[in-house]
Amino acid sequence: MSDDIKKIMFTVRNAPHGTIYVYEGLEVKLIMAAYDADISVVFMDDGVYALKQGQNTDELGIKGFEKTYGVFVDYEIENVFVDKQSMEDRGMTVDDLLVIGEDEDTEAPIKPKVVDAAEIAAMMAEQHNIMSF
Amino acid sequence: MLHTVNKSPFQNSTLESCQRFINKGDVLLLIEDGVYGAVAGSAKSAIVEGAIQSGTEVYALSADLKARAITNLIAGVQITDYAGFVDFVEKHKTHSWL
Repeated sequence: MSDDIKKIMFTVRNAPHGTIYVYEGLEVKLIMAAYDADISVVFMDDGVYALKQGQNTDELGIKGFEKTYGVFVDYEIENVFVDKQSMEDRGMTVDDLLVIGEDEDTEAPIKPKVVDAAEIAAMMAEQHNIMSF
Repeated sequence: MLHTVNKSPFQNSTLESCQRFINKGDVLLLIEDGVYGAVAGSAKSAIVEGAIQSGTEVYALSADLKARAITNLIAGVQITDYAGFVDFVEKHKTHSWL
């Protein structure tokens, strides 16, 4: 039945915490992950800020989501990408990125995969649906 | 692919970002405040001019152009209406650059 599996991409282009977009987008991703969908997530523009490790929202009085991002792989959301230029424009490197899970065998931490605009454009073209947050 | 942009290029960099992720043969449809990106002779005209030069079909929504009294469009920008918008959505996968 693999023909029935929909390819759904989520693009995250907003910074976290300033608006509810990123948080609500995460909820939708987790809901969709419960179904048989081929999910990918691309962080671009200010969305890359959502991937910064060490976020502490205690004083904002909101839950935060770094811990939830940390179990993406457990939810079978493994195709997580970050736009290289958006990251570099904001002075971020791979070292700044949070962890989305660990390798089943080696327990090595897994980070979002850095890709360029052409790779993202090619992936977009393959999707059944793209949802923007 | 159909890319829709609804923000003015003077307000934020959505239009510029969108242009980076466009494949050859994609359609860029400017709606709402996005139509300001289609105006000729502005400080931000180069974005849409570049898109057209690299083979992107660029459209602006007539209702939004009329509402904003925009008549001086960049050469190559085409005008469509709500029915055309629906046709694009029917024909293409869509990404809304909100």
